[in-house]
Amino acid sequence: MIEPFTRHRGLVGPMDRANVDTDMIIPKQFLKSIKKTGFGLNLFDELRYLEQGHQDLNLKERETNPDFPLNNERYIGSTILLTRENFGCGSSREHAPWALKDYGFRAIIASSFADIFYNNCFKNGLLPIILNRDVVDQLFKQLYSEVGFSISIDLYLQKVFLDNGCYFTFQIDEFYKNCLLEGLDEIDVTLRNKEAITRYEIERRKLHPWIFGAIG
Amino acid sequence: MTGQTLYDKLWESHVVFNRHDGSTLLYIDRHILHEVTSPQAFEGLRLAGRRPWRLDTNIATPDHNISTDPGERKAGVEGIPDETSRIQVKALDDNCNEFGIKEFKMNDMGQGIVHVMGPELGVTMPGMTVVCGDSHTATHGALGCLAHGIGTSEVEHVLASQCLVTKKMKNMRVTVNGKLGFGVTPKDVILAIIGKIGTAGGTGHAIEFSGDVFADMSVEGRMTVCNMAIEAGARVGLVAVDEKTIDYVKGRRYVPKGKLFDTASSYWRSLVSDEGAQFDKEVLMSANEIAPQVSWGTSPEMVAEVSGRIPKMSSMTTPSEREGLRHALEYMGLEEGQKITSIMVDRVFIGSCTNSRIEDLRAAAEVVKGRKRAETVKQVLVVPGSQIVKSQAETEGLHSVFVDAGMEWREPGCSMCLAMNDDKLGAGEHCASTSNRNFEGRQGSGGRTHLMSPAMAAAAAITGRIVDVRTFSGNSR
Repeated sequence: MIEPFTRHRGLVGPMDRANVDTDMIIPKQFLKSIKKTGFGLNLFDELRYLEQGHQDLNLKERETNPDFPLNNERYIGSTILLTRENFGCGSSREHAPWALKDYGFRAIIASSFADIFYNNCFKNGLLPIILNRDVVDQLFKQLYSEVGFSISIDLYLQKVFLDNGCYFTFQIDEFYKNCLLEGLDEIDVTLRNKEAITRYEIERRKLHPWIFGAIG
Repeated sequence: MTGQTLYDKLWESHVVFNRHDGSTLLYIDRHILHEVTSPQAFEGLRLAGRRPWRLDTNIATPDHNISTDPGERKAGVEGIPDETSRIQVKALDDNCNEFGIKEFKMNDMGQGIVHVMGPELGVTMPGMTVVCGDSHTATHGALGCLAHGIGTSEVEHVLASQCLVTKKMKNMRVTVNGKLGFGVTPKDVILAIIGKIGTAGGTGHAIEFSGDVFADMSVEGRMTVCNMAIEAGARVGLVAVDEKTIDYVKGRRYVPKGKLFDTASSYWRSLVSDEGAQFDKEVLMSANEIAPQVSWGTSPEMVAEVSGRIPKMSSMTTPSEREGLRHALEYMGLEEGQKITSIMVDRVFIGSCTNSRIEDLRAAAEVVKGRKRAETVKQVLVVPGSQIVKSQAETEGLHSVFVDAGMEWREPGCSMCLAMNDDKLGAGEHCASTSNRNFEGRQGSGGRTHLMSPAMAAAAAITGRIVDVRTFSGNSR
């Protein structure tokens, strides 16, 4: 069961760069954990703190980088990340959406996302929203000019609402939309089709027997 | 009816059924697991009281987070000094034990980087669907199978159901015709492609690599190319099956033998795109426009010919491009317009799922033979991709070539490609690297990566700076 996403209103925080890769989102030294939680403390670790981080470092003693925007008081508590094209490129690590979610983000707005990251978001109740580049530019302008810039997202309607009455519609596949709206356990849904999978397997075993039985 | 692409054929033969919401339940033939992206998936199974759907499809090996230091490896899993790493590697052993999954443990013959181990043992074969919790799973597409990286939730999903809920990608074809020049390798080809189409050029697509260059290329070379499809944004890279593919898989450990092999190979030969098949996107390149490539920036699309220069600000067209260049130059400590061959290197890394196979090590050794590491180069790591590659290289005496040159011959693993273990760059250090990603901090916090071929990295190790392997004859001494 994942946390469903239906509507959300929140403060917007900036990550004003293109091609933010998953190494940047959560550096490799934090991938040693065998848990799904706790990664938020090390989100954007190399940018967020002044010294290099590692697993055993006491976070309270770490000095944060005052030049990193998300450390700026006006963005503390942001739940919607505004960024630029090809967000989440690189490694398939699901630790990236885990870290974003654990930090407190519920949605990410970008002009494009990398495929694997995009897909991983939906397994974790995180909504990636694609808006065109001009709209993203406009949102950045507003974000920088208005302290406390907050927006509302409605996944049913596929719309992002600004407080000035403007709104933008975003596209999302029905499959992905349902994942988030219902927060279903996907494995459970798939396993309701045990017979179909078994039938497929029997056919495949006849056609391509070498796929079966070799490893073990 | 128009013909089908190779991707269409692979996709279609694995559809269990199409769901009403436009997604597909796709059957998965092979699932490769490693220590970093699997523990949470096994934990998920345990919490839900589920068991793996099928055992004879899963295979595991530790690679990402293990030491490559021979002394440390000898101490075994219990001897791993870093506690969190030890717990993680042990968790893979324990999970495989508990659920009955075949694992090549850290020091077993058979262990290796997942994408080296899979093809070399015949775990992956043409016509299969192959997934692994690692984005470089695209590598296996070199054998004409549908292979891509997945996240940990999907690792759990595949373990539990042998299926993925997924959507079909679009078809893209990159054709490179002609003959590659002297000193131009598969790595240069893929870096040149990424330089041309960009790191998001293949997003949403499965890329088939086609044309003379890939037909002439060895299967290991094709793996290098498909490996980096993800750096062009595509989860899937593919090369059609030909006689080289069939010869490559023949006789490998998990590949069928005798009559069954003949049946299988006649099916495998059908795994090519039909004439007239339609692609959503086509890119055409000529082999003679490809020279040895070197990345100078912090994204794999930031590449130049070795004889070229870093671009100038004035050649950037958009503000976002200018900002990207400024950022990259600042991080890399380089100047706009600087000559690529003026870049000095502090360390050299020869390894990774991109370039750690026997042909890669042979190419590097050929350059190194009889020469010495430049004194200004602090460290040269040569990390074979698997125990089998290591053993083959030692039989051929390649390890002595490296060791005699003052380089370190290591145990198989991912090593300095992602620097989860102790193999890493110091802040500000430049590295000639045969790996696949030059992201900020990828090879160590503050480290500066220059992606290139094994022969080019070897030449850089000898001269202490980036050098054109085509004209390289020098010795540092």
